[in-house]
Order: sequence, then structure tokens, then C-alpha cells
Amino acid sequence: MYQMTGAQLIVRLLERQGVKTAAGIPGGAILPLYDALSGSEIIHHVLARHEQGAGFMAQGMARVSGRPEVCFASSGPGATNLVTAIADARLDSIPLVAITGQVPLSMIGTDAFQEVDIYGMTVPITKHNFLVRSVDELLEVIPAAFRIAMSGRPGPVLVDVPKDVQNQTIRFAEFPPVATPEPLPALDMAAVEEAARMINAAEQPVLYLGGGVIHAGAAQAAVAFAEQAGMPTTMTLMALGAMPVDHPLSIGMLGMHAARYTNFVLEEADLLVCVGARFDDRAIGKAAQFCPKAKIVHIDVDPSELHKIKQAHVAINGDVGEVLEALLPRVKAALRKRWLSHVESLRARFPVEWAGQDDPRTHYGLVQAVAAALDDEAVITTDVGQHQMWVAQAYPFRRPRQWLTSGGLGTMGFGMPAAIGAALADRSRTVVCFSGDGSFKMNIQELATLAEEGLNVKIVLMNNNSLGLVYQQQNLFYGKRVFASKYRGAPDFLKIAEGFGVAGVDLDTAANPRAALTQALHAPGPCLIHVSIDREEFVYPMVPPGAANTEMIGG
Amino acid sequence: MIEQVAEPLQTQTGYAKVVLEIDVNNHPGVMSHICNLFARRAFNMEGILCMPVSDGRRSRIWLLVFEDQRLEQMIRQLEKLQDVLAVRRHGAEHEVFERLEDFFH
Ligand SMILES: Cc1ncc(C[n+]2csc(CCOP(=O)(O)OP(=O)(O)O)c2C)c(N)n1
Repeated sequence: MYQMTGAQLIVRLLERQGVKTAAGIPGGAILPLYDALSGSEIIHHVLARHEQGAGFMAQGMARVSGRPEVCFASSGPGATNLVTAIADARLDSIPLVAITGQVPLSMIGTDAFQEVDIYGMTVPITKHNFLVRSVDELLEVIPAAFRIAMSGRPGPVLVDVPKDVQNQTIRFAEFPPVATPEPLPALDMAAVEEAARMINAAEQPVLYLGGGVIHAGAAQAAVAFAEQAGMPTTMTLMALGAMPVDHPLSIGMLGMHAARYTNFVLEEADLLVCVGARFDDRAIGKAAQFCPKAKIVHIDVDPSELHKIKQAHVAINGDVGEVLEALLPRVKAALRKRWLSHVESLRARFPVEWAGQDDPRTHYGLVQAVAAALDDEAVITTDVGQHQMWVAQAYPFRRPRQWLTSGGLGTMGFGMPAAIGAALADRSRTVVCFSGDGSFKMNIQELATLAEEGLNVKIVLMNNNSLGLVYQQQNLFYGKRVFASKYRGAPDFLKIAEGFGVAGVDLDTAANPRAALTQALHAPGPCLIHVSIDREEFVYPMVPPGAANTEMIGG
Repeated sequence: MIEQVAEPLQTQTGYAKVVLEIDVNNHPGVMSHICNLFARRAFNMEGILCMPVSDGRRSRIWLLVFEDQRLEQMIRQLEKLQDVLAVRRHGAEHEVFERLEDFFH
């Protein structure tokens, strides 16, 4: 017979689940849990400076490890501060278990101090959520939270635990089994056969990979499949790294900031094989005009994605890795000389030109200089804005989970805490966070956490002293009426870093910027690398929001 | 600049009605999960009924909805909810709401 409090039980269940690191901030309603956590010899608690930071740290860990990771917050404002990180995890299908303290059961509904209905608030942004009403439920709820977060299409789960439930004593005979993923859906072999038949019959097929390929650990299977079927392969923002960019079949990222030729190749496809992607509007532009000549094969573990935006001719619900492996022996080895040489001619006719790529003080040059100084083991995170798109376009991603970015929600402030999480998940790796001066300020307080943990995180701050992507849109689509996108003040970021105890390097003033950059990237521990970027540099090409992908401007 | 990549929503009136029968786990939060799905998509529920079944661990929810082009997607989203055990679809002639009519006149 075991006897312990609810708080101790939660900690033991997390330990049994393999949790080694968790981020959070304590407060009144979660103090019993923190008290129990202080007794854990297994879980390293990382004290964030804002709960959103804690949420993104857990996300960073999960995006690197592929397993559900944990964050904690107290009731009320602690819990509401987690909301953005949870919504972000939902839209990018990241496995996350958020545990919040709540006012005691008898006080719920009385507008008690720091009471908010976080259960109600997170219904639409979690895969599932729980309000625990008795200590006995914890035996079921905690493993269920992990099982749900990791099964099928991953996602965030919130567990709200009233303070008195944390303090209740429970006696039980056995721990519940460690949660494992639910069995995968059985394959519809008739659909697999039909898809193979369509692929074999197609003359100009394109493979379209999404984040689901990364989540399913199916990148290798996808590359093998592309090679067997001789299919040019495009990736969404979330799938970058699934196929190395320099693979001969890679045609890079599609969508709003794709290379011109990529969108033109898609325009001519007669078959689109969509694997673990969801026809997001940033990827496909105007839905009715996307791949106008193509039949569609859509493979996804989430049945509600099938036929959601585009009606598929063949829809296969299943684990994308399993489906690709089932397809492999059924597709004929094809060279597709005519189609691939046409793809090459489009690539040659619309070459990707990155201005200034030899100068590490320009946007593209900086991205390439960072890449040149690192190997593929480094993890790259970004914030949201122009810098994010420049990195997506120009960084040579070559392996899954090398690239962590906020895709679906596009959350400024994601980059640095996610980088901290990535470094916590694997302290041996160098982690680089490309940030913009707008985004960086959204979670800048986590510099304190970074300094405290002494992690190998390098922040490359591309400073245009503006909300660059907004400035760009106002210039392009709002008659150059620039409003609320240029900063009037200009903080000294190197001094800020210094104040937090983080080293800094200014490439603006460095005699040899490339050498200074390389040295900063290779020195152990945290570092802020500051570079001024011309505000008039825009992200091109660009599909105007709401237009078809072939109506790109610039580039 | 109009950012409209999908077709605009159409009004639901004019479509046939359908009855959905949903088996769910019975706990205080389950209705909010179901209602939330419909509310945020502006998918009107014309009628809703819910009662516990057998030992009270489960409930059955009856919904009366319009059969517009989004219904299939709605059903898939419903099936994805952790607390939804089964969704069955019936024609509007199903008697469950008809028998209730008397209470609404
Ligand atoms: C939390 C949040 N608020 C607002 C936005 C809208 N937004 C998108 S990009 C952007 C500007 C980002 O500026 P910065 O981080 O400096 O990057 P830059 O575009 O200059 O590279 C804004 C305000 C957002 N994505 N996230």
C-alpha cells in the first residue's frame, strides 16, 4: 500500500512518465505541488520568469525530444499567462502537459482570489483538458494526459488541480501503468492500392510534406518514398528538414514566401501527394486556385484534416510513416526524366537570388554565415516576422527537429524560451535563436533564466528597430501608410544582455564580423549576437494575403 | 486588402435538418466541449437534449442541426473529442425532437 498526498502523487507519476526537466513559476494555489517537487531527485525544475516562457520552454523540449514535456503555473494570472503557449502547441501539434494550480474545490465559482476558469478557457486550445475533482482521479488523469498528448496527432493537454486535491491523502495498492501511445488506426489497404495506382499513372506528381512527417518520425520514409517514385518534394514551414534542402528532389518550401519556381512547379502538378500537411492558407494561398490541375492524395493521422480544405481523390487515415512504408513497394521506381528536367528548367528560369549573401551584416548573409559556422547538429529556433522567413528561406535545413518555429499561431516571443527548452532537452547541442527586436522584447525576461541555467544558446538579434513584417505589409498593401510599426526609442540590447549576465557581441562594430560571429557561436554558454538590419529590406517573393500562390510579387 | 482564401460562409436556413445522437462520458465539462465546437464555427444547434444513460457514467446527447456543407467536418471534429464515444446520424424524421414539440408551443 502506498500513502501520499495528491501533490506527491503527481510528482511520482511525472517521474514514472520519464519527465526529467519541467519549467514553471510557483504561486499560492500550486505550492503543495512545488513542495512535493522540491523532494524530487529526478525532476530538474527550471524557474521561468513568465509563465509564457515556461510554456515555450516545455515546447522547445518537446519539439526536440518528440515526447510530451511539462510546464507548471499557479491559478489565475499564472494560468492565463500559459494560454498563448498552449494555443501555440495546439496549432503546431506539439505534445505538452500543462499543470495548473486551482483554488480549492469548495471555492470554485465564488470569484475567489486568483480564481479563473482555466478549464473553460482552454477548451478550444487544448487537445483535451481536465479539472481534477478528487485525489483518486489523479491516478487516471495524469497518465491519460500523457497518453492523449502523445497519441495520433500530438497536442497540448491541461490538467487543473485544486489546491485541496493536491493536499488530500491517497492510499492505493499499485501505480497505474506508464502511459504509452494509443494504437494507430488500421490502414485502409484499398486506399493505399488506389493511391499507388494514381502515383504510378501520374506524369507530373509532387510530394507535399507537412509537420506531421516530423512528428511521426517519418522523414526517412518520406525521402525513400520520394526517391523511389521520382517525385519533386516541397515542404511546409513546419516540415523544413524532413528532406535535406540540397537533396536533388527538394524544391524547398511552398507558399507565401516560397521561391517562385516552387509555386510554379505546384501549378503544373497533375498529382499532389500531401503527407501530414493541412493545406494551411499561408502554404496554399487561395484554396480554389492551388494546384489547379492536380488530383489529390491526402495522408494524415487526423481524420478531420482529410477533405477539410481540399476534397481529396484518395484520403488515407493513418500514421504517415506506416502509410509511406505500405506505399513504397507498390510504387514503381520512376526516373521521370521529362518532368524532373522541366522542374530543373523552372528552377533555372526563376533562380533564387539572395542579395548580399557574402556579407554577414545583411539578412541573408547573416543566416548563411551562421549556417557556415555550424554543423547540422545545431538546433535553430526563430521568433516571428521577416527574420523568421529569411531563415526559413536561406538556412540549409538537413534533418528533422533541427528547426523549431511557431508556424500555426505565429507567436512573437517564441524563439528564446523555445531555444532554452531545446538546450535543456539536449545540453550537448548548440542552439541558435534568430530573433527580431520586436519579438525579442516579448520574452526578454527569459535572459535571466538562460543566464542561470548557463545553456549553450546564442541569440542572433536581427535589429531593424521596427516591427519589420508589419512595416513591410503597410508599405506593400496599405499605401505606404506606415503606422505603429517603427519604434521611436532604441534600447541598447547589449547592455540589457549584460545586465542579465549574458555575454554580447556587436557585429555592427566588429572589425571582422565573420570571425566575431564564428567565435561567438563556438564559445560555450549563452551569448547575444547583435546585428543591425536595414528596415527597407523586405521578404520576397511574397504572395499577397488572399491571392493565389502564382501571384507572387518581388524576388 | 481582402484576405479571403476560402469561400464565404452561407446562411444555414434552407438546408434539411439532421439529428445527431452522441454517446459521451458523463462529467460536468463535456457539454462545454461539444457546444464550443459548434459555437465558434457559427454552426447553429437548433435543438439539444442530454441525459445520463445506464449507470450514469455515460450520457447521450441529441442534437438537431442543419445539414449544410460543413456537417461532415463537424462530425469528424466531434469524433475527435476525447469524451465522445460514438456519433450516429439520423434523418430529421427521428421522433426524439418531434415528441418534445408539445413543450415548445
Ligand atoms: C504576439 C504577437 N503579436 C503580434 C504579432 C503580429 N506580428 C507579426 S510579425 C510582427 C513584427 C515582428 O517584428 P520583429 O520581431 O522585430 O521581426 P522583423 O519582422 O522585424 O524581423 C508582428 C507585430 C504576432 N505575430 N505575434
